[in-house]
Amino acid sequence: MTRRKLEEQFFKLLMILATILVSGSFFLIVGTIFYKGVPYMNWDMISKTPGGGFYIGKEGGVLNAIIGSMYIAGGATILGLFISIPVAIFINMYMDGKKFLLDTLRMVFDVLFGIPSIVYGAFGFLLMIYFGVRASLLGGIIAVTLLVIPILVRTLDEVIRTVPGELRDAALALGSTRWETAKVVLRAIKPGIYTAVLLSFGRAIGDVASVLFTAGFSDNIPTSLHEPAATLPLAIFFQLGSPVAEVQGRGYASALILTIVVLVITLLSELLLKRSYKNKI
Amino acid sequence: MTFEQPHINVQGLNVQIGNNHILKDINIEIPNKKVTSIIGPSGCGKTTLLKTFNRLIDNTSDVKVTGKVLVDGENIYDPNIEITHIRKKMGLLSQRPYPLPMSIYDNIAYGPRIHGSPKKKDLDILVEDQLRNVGLWEEVKDRLNAPATRLSIGQQQRLCLARGLAVGPEMILGDESTSALDPLSTKIIEDLFITLKEKYSIVLVTHILRQAARVSDYIIFVYMGRIIEYGPAEQILKDPQEQLTKEYVKGYIT
Repeated sequence: MTRRKLEEQFFKLLMILATILVSGSFFLIVGTIFYKGVPYMNWDMISKTPGGGFYIGKEGGVLNAIIGSMYIAGGATILGLFISIPVAIFINMYMDGKKFLLDTLRMVFDVLFGIPSIVYGAFGFLLMIYFGVRASLLGGIIAVTLLVIPILVRTLDEVIRTVPGELRDAALALGSTRWETAKVVLRAIKPGIYTAVLLSFGRAIGDVASVLFTAGFSDNIPTSLHEPAATLPLAIFFQLGSPVAEVQGRGYASALILTIVVLVITLLSELLLKRSYKNKI
Repeated sequence: MTFEQPHINVQGLNVQIGNNHILKDINIEIPNKKVTSIIGPSGCGKTTLLKTFNRLIDNTSDVKVTGKVLVDGENIYDPNIEITHIRKKMGLLSQRPYPLPMSIYDNIAYGPRIHGSPKKKDLDILVEDQLRNVGLWEEVKDRLNAPATRLSIGQQQRLCLARGLAVGPEMILGDESTSALDPLSTKIIEDLFITLKEKYSIVLVTHILRQAARVSDYIIFVYMGRIIEYGPAEQILKDPQEQLTKEYVKGYIT
């Protein structure tokens, strides 16, 4: 009896400790960034591009990286959506009865989902060399699009599968074609599409390896797709590598900016996900 | 049972899903402008039979259908047939209401819109007519633009019926259409079936014998994928000829 009780207590304690470790490290990470970043946070950081001596501690900000990241994450998500929605619709609405092929496709997407982003970066880089494109906003967007497509496809696939088959039958029974039925399904999953967009945007904006060779880096805000673009993760990397304390501090401030962006996006996606389940038919 | 001008004529129909032989050599005729109920225990194939009439069965994976289903003399399993044209002829009322994710108005207007480009004025008239047909107009006329999902389940089911009728079908297929409804809504739907048979041929799948008795002109009893008995409702329920039908009607097999 006591042995069983002891065992129960022991494992319960282990579980509590593990939970504290995980949630604690979240607060520790966010806390550290706040602690180290807030003193260097100022209006200039988010409203100016790096000035002449920015990297030795003189004036300027990381507006170039903020805008660059927004461009790349936004562009990749939009481009990815145009490719992923047709894929998700196709595998769910046009592949009835082809179970083996369907399972294989889903497995392929799972594998793609798990491929490290540096591989997408390297692949994007090869594509760029082949087409003679230099490190640029366009290159970055293409590499990150490759990265987010599996996320979008998987999320949309999951969401479409929550739509009851009877709703499709209802549309089909009214004489809809498959495509017309797909449009009904897309309407039904609208909140799910927002969620997929936010998930993809969150992943895209935080990724460093895929943009490392493809987007390059620039102190200027890109004005065309062919100019190199800075990204927040790379800006953090460069600043933290500096021996100047001021610049390192700004690195943490940049990390703070990135974290806040991702945090807001995560919270928004949680909210939309909850709403999409509430409105489920 | 044979009829002079059957609306549906099923000849040698067999349905296999994977290795299961769901329907075995079905030969039946469904009369015009009558209510025909398909009864039988769960899993006997009655819903599958209904789904072969509008070819929704096509969406089942690993399904194999052989034989003929003639609707108005036209074999709907003919490879050259336009499937949307077949489905337009039949309104489906499923077990639970599944309103389309749009407004009450758009739910009714959906069918007419995909099959043509009706004018707004004609559509307004059509929507009102169909909602009146199912006795929903007075209840919803002030909120036609509200999402259809805000209606009660009973109202949603009537909306789904009106949505099906708006396409201008010849036939209504009901798949245990009242099983999710409260007794009052059930009565409204049953009464609608009785009124609607003046204009439409109605085929209902039901496992409620008393419902079959209340609404049907003819009853088909299906057991283990075979038609056991088919006849006028009165006869099937009161004086069945087959031993299995007797047992089912008395409640020995469920």
